[in-house]
Amino acid sequence: MYSWILMLVVLAAMAGAYQIGRQRAIASAGGPTRIKQLHSLPTYYGLYAALWAGLPALMLMGLWIGLQDQIVIGLVTSHLPTEMVAGLSEGRLGLLINDIRNLATGNIVSAEVTPEIQAAADQYNRLNLISQWAMWAVVLAAALAGLAYAWMRTQPRLRARNRVESAFTVILIIFSSIAILTTLGIVLSVLFESLLFFQKVSPLEFFFGANWSPQIALRADQVGASGSFGAIPLFTGTLMVSLISMLVAVPIGLLSAIYLSEYAHRKVRAIAKPTLEILAGIPTVVYGFFAALTVAPFIRDLGMSLGLDVASESALAAGLVMGIMIIPFVSSLSDDVINAVPQSLRDGSYALGATQSETIRRVVIPAALPGIVGGILLAVSRAIGETMIVVMAAGLAANLTANPLDSVTTVTVQIVTLLTGDQEFDSAKTLAAFALGLTLFLVTLTLNVIALSIVRKYREQYE
Amino acid sequence: MNTLVETMDKTTGAISSADLAQDRPSAATVGDVTVADPRMTCRNVDVWYGAKQAIKGVSLDIGKNEVLSMIGPSGCGKSTFLRCLNRMNDTIDGCRVTGSIKLDEQDIYDKGLDPVPLRAQVGMVFQKPNPFPKSIYENVAYGPRIHGLTNNKAELDELVETSLQKAGLWNEVKDRLDQPGTGLSGGQQQRLCIARTIAVSPEVILMDEPCSALDPIATAIIEELIDELRANYSIAIVTHSMQQAARVSQRTAYFHLGDLIEVGETNQIFTNPQHRLTEDYITGRFG
Repeated sequence: MYSWILMLVVLAAMAGAYQIGRQRAIASAGGPTRIKQLHSLPTYYGLYAALWAGLPALMLMGLWIGLQDQIVIGLVTSHLPTEMVAGLSEGRLGLLINDIRNLATGNIVSAEVTPEIQAAADQYNRLNLISQWAMWAVVLAAALAGLAYAWMRTQPRLRARNRVESAFTVILIIFSSIAILTTLGIVLSVLFESLLFFQKVSPLEFFFGANWSPQIALRADQVGASGSFGAIPLFTGTLMVSLISMLVAVPIGLLSAIYLSEYAHRKVRAIAKPTLEILAGIPTVVYGFFAALTVAPFIRDLGMSLGLDVASESALAAGLVMGIMIIPFVSSLSDDVINAVPQSLRDGSYALGATQSETIRRVVIPAALPGIVGGILLAVSRAIGETMIVVMAAGLAANLTANPLDSVTTVTVQIVTLLTGDQEFDSAKTLAAFALGLTLFLVTLTLNVIALSIVRKYREQYE
Repeated sequence: MNTLVETMDKTTGAISSADLAQDRPSAATVGDVTVADPRMTCRNVDVWYGAKQAIKGVSLDIGKNEVLSMIGPSGCGKSTFLRCLNRMNDTIDGCRVTGSIKLDEQDIYDKGLDPVPLRAQVGMVFQKPNPFPKSIYENVAYGPRIHGLTNNKAELDELVETSLQKAGLWNEVKDRLDQPGTGLSGGQQQRLCIARTIAVSPEVILMDEPCSALDPIATAIIEELIDELRANYSIAIVTHSMQQAARVSQRTAYFHLGDLIEVGETNQIFTNPQHRLTEDYITGRFG
């Protein structure tokens, strides 16, 4: 309660400490005229004091807020009558604790309020209050102690600047590691759930099985009780949709990049390039219903008029629309690498009597090729991970087929379907989503690493 | 001309571009701009970049089997002029060339003339070596391939070899023709670029400060090469080094702020310049 007031108090203390540290430094040097005696500018002594006053206090506060609830709940639980707690499963105990907490904060309680629960709730409130006041005391004490320490250390020979700089370095490292740790956390959680899955379903079946029918019996005597988790049809479906989309995106994207960077007049380029990039700004859900409601029926009608049997949710429709979505990706990455090819190479080619198209074909594109390939790989990983378009336009049936007019399903579509159903969270069906997610993640990660290293190697060549 | 002299009097010889009005009349060139046996003839060439005039009424001949050097302070238009001679300025937006430039009596700015084959006749070597990111062999074979100069692989091999030999690079690279041209040293790269230019058998070779990115040893090799190439080609070279101009060229042209100030035998320009500006530049008073 009111932790944010304490936060403001600490910040105010930091501001005060800044002034105090600064004045102290000037005084220790012998007045404002003699600040040359100081190792660093007075500002740094101020920051030094502010950091000492603020950082330990804030860290302590964060720790306190993080641990308070757990400790209080632990204490409350240990004081509950043993006959109430004994024999309760973990889930039941959690419900009980929730009731106590709800009662304490005045929310609606699910069970009947017994005197024991009422007592526990009172104790919960009391302990929390004590903890609040203790936190105020401890945090303020830490701030004062930090300030006092900085006060004692402040003398002309203190290398305040170096201390402050290294403190800032540490702060920056902490913040940047938040992003890295989050990624790591996601990977690990997906990994552990996948391991659970692989305990239920063998990896061999998952990676090499050709039959995908992820159902788990709700009753023992249910029809079609046994599910099968062979993901090959999903992989081939993903590959086919991605392949179709790249067949659309690479030629259109690359050729428009060449036109824009080599041939287009500056004015044309100034209009055409942003227009092309608008494609990247269209929400994928809009592409999705464009694919499902416009392109798919069109392709089916076209196929029927040619006497072909086209599924209403064909891989072709999803792939075509996804390809259109990816065009700006390919074109703007290719445009960048083509522009990075030095003008001197073009001049060299022109000076030998080469025409513009010869120069582009024989000098510019070969020189830009590694970068273009890198850009295409990035686009592929985008296509593989794309979800919304395929959810709306590709089918759900896991067909193992090479016919683009058939309905196929993709890894991403299946993840969505698996996790939006009514299932227990530890059933193989739900866990399969994590295994699929992990596979997807590993594939796109590999593609990205390869692509980025190719692009970087290429950059080094000319810079 | 008068404005120039007045400005010089005021500033006792130290000229900065700010002293000189942009739209002053073009100066008359001192010395004989013609040669008895010209390969290229330029008459009253003006070049504008947008509204700014970079070259003002320059007339100059390039003779057969001669090396003509162009010197002058930075921004004097010598590189611009050089790039007019094979229409490389066409690639620059807003660049306009008037006057007449003829290669063997053919006006190269004639409306019906295609600049692409012209550039095979008038080759160019750039300031910074710019080999293509291809193998040494492919670098030299590039021009012959696009112009279809050879009928089969054996002829192409031979052309690559003779071009590299003429550029004095053959012995250094004959065992590694399949390696990338970008892996050579700076001087070798520049000689590769010269070999590449020679391979399409041009009549004139333009060189835009070909040694400014090279060390003295590589420079000496290239200078020797230029002297040898004179036997078969006309060469126009822009250089910042007056010693280099004195060593490699037979005639020297001095440019100043878009004007061709003085042309003459290299010997005479460096020992007995007629124009005050030429003398100031050669004696190192500015530039």
